[in-house]
Amino acid sequence: MVVVEGLCHWYGSGEMRRQVLQQVNLTIQPGEVVLLTGPSGCGKTTLLTLVGALRQVQQGHVRVLGQDLNGSSRRQRQQLRQRIGMIFQGHNLLRCLSAEQNVQMGSDLLPNLGYRARRDQAREWLRAVGLGDHLDKLPHGLSGGQKQRVAIARALAAHPRLLLADEPTAALDKQSGREVVDLLKRLAREQHCAVLMVTHDPRILDVADRLVQMEDGRLIAAPVPEPEPAL
Amino acid sequence: MSGLPGLAAIWSRRKIPLSWLLLTRQPARLAVALAGISFAGILMFMQFGFRDGLFDASITVHKLFDTDLVLISPRSSSSVSMAGFPRRRLVQTLADPDVAGITPVHWNLVLWRNPKDLSTRSILALGFEPGDPLFTDPGLAAKAKVLNQRGRVLFDELSRPEFGPVAEWFREGRTVESEIGGKRVRVGGLVALGVSFGADGNILTSSETYQQLLPNTPPGSIEVGLIRLRPGSDPAVVIKRLKDSLPKDVNVLTKQGFMDFEKDYWRNSTAIGFIFTLGAAMGFIVGCVIVYQILYSDVSDHLPEYATLMAMGYRLPTLLGVVAREGLLLALLGYLPAYAAGQGLYSLVRSATKLPVYMDTPRAVLVFSLILVMCMGSAGMAMRRLGDADPAEIF
Repeated sequence: MVVVEGLCHWYGSGEMRRQVLQQVNLTIQPGEVVLLTGPSGCGKTTLLTLVGALRQVQQGHVRVLGQDLNGSSRRQRQQLRQRIGMIFQGHNLLRCLSAEQNVQMGSDLLPNLGYRARRDQAREWLRAVGLGDHLDKLPHGLSGGQKQRVAIARALAAHPRLLLADEPTAALDKQSGREVVDLLKRLAREQHCAVLMVTHDPRILDVADRLVQMEDGRLIAAPVPEPEPAL
Repeated sequence: MSGLPGLAAIWSRRKIPLSWLLLTRQPARLAVALAGISFAGILMFMQFGFRDGLFDASITVHKLFDTDLVLISPRSSSSVSMAGFPRRRLVQTLADPDVAGITPVHWNLVLWRNPKDLSTRSILALGFEPGDPLFTDPGLAAKAKVLNQRGRVLFDELSRPEFGPVAEWFREGRTVESEIGGKRVRVGGLVALGVSFGADGNILTSSETYQQLLPNTPPGSIEVGLIRLRPGSDPAVVIKRLKDSLPKDVNVLTKQGFMDFEKDYWRNSTAIGFIFTLGAAMGFIVGCVIVYQILYSDVSDHLPEYATLMAMGYRLPTLLGVVAREGLLLALLGYLPAYAAGQGLYSLVRSATKLPVYMDTPRAVLVFSLILVMCMGSAGMAMRRLGDADPAEIF
């Protein structure tokens, strides 16, 4: 699914050149939920953008969904991104589109599917994230947790095999943060979709199948904490 | 019906109409954009309308003549300075086998005294033999009979009101008399010709009355000669023959050539064309600036959203297409009110100035094309901002 070997990355050039990733190795199996934690500025997001084909690989080896990203063209990366779902810290929904239309921007990427089928899929996804009653609401009419759930529906609507999430709970309170990650994990499981989630949030670490910690551009394996006992 | 499955396939392949939603979900911005585009369109409609109307107005009378060819003096430069030439030349053309008939016409500006306030004003006087065909309008022949009486004129009821309430008085049954160059004339009837650039009004007289009003006209001299050809003859061939046979003291033109001669005078020896084209260009530039501002700020405001779409795997050309369609929609939506307002303003101009300004198809197409260029050009400039959308920066 994802194979990263000996990945190094630098920002800037000349004197200002600064290494953010050093010899990173990471493998994600299909359907696996991997959480990546670590202090800010340690290179988590950079790793995510490299795996998400949003940046050109400088040194090392990255293979995502069977495609080599070393020396890939803009076009190849764009096509690969269609098969990767992305969830952002800010929900990044399109302000001028309703919840349903936002999700359909995801399903519109699917080839050979009629408009009606794509729209019905979008509605299906919104029902799956529990927003069946808010199809026509604009993002500013939704709460933070609802917006993030729309974003999850949008990311899954394109039938990705890999989901990348960057601090999806950062802007949410404990309760809705919990709901969002549980939902994310459940739906990813159902779709047999692997998840790589960057998070700071210690409250959600237990959803991980595997926890990876990063420090100063290097990865350290860490034990997955036990889920909180249900009350 | 064979087109329907194809259409249905295209219809089912449609996507979320992002351009439309971007525009309509920001009504205030859309209203400003449409107001700007419509304003530019109206400005262009008015400037082009005035320009074409003024040129068309210069040939109001020229268009009416019942003629195929026209003889004028080479010294004539326009309808306001027609020079005379020997009437003999016109008669000579009758020798040509294809010439069916001729009408000698006297043509000059005279001073007409307003019968109400007694002020004088320059009016175009046309003198002809009342029995000869002059205009294509068949109603003239009956009215022209009254001109056989000396001192009678037919007054153009479409003349500007400064010439006095001649038409009203005449219709009321009053005897309307006035003076031309110190000679008394009586209005014997009304015709409808229309004002032109050079003449604010028109009167028709017989050649005999004309000679009385303008006693300095040399006998046997006319200003315009109308030549009607036999059906089926080629005007170009006849012109060539006449030019070869006639001395160089006359010019032979087609009716269209006669009208072009008049229009060219106003076009080339006045700044009208330049002024109004410049005015239209100003409207175009103002529109460009407004549309560019709107689209540029629209793209800038939505830059993170465009970057998100790129991260989701949308292609840059797809997003450029969104901006292009915004430009196209603005052009279409902005043109409609401009067209409607143009129609209204043209009728206002017609009633206020009597200029023949109409919404003709070439001008409607021209203004639409300019608006389209304006919007698409601005969209193209605004697209460069999309290059700044970096999907790697949104995490």
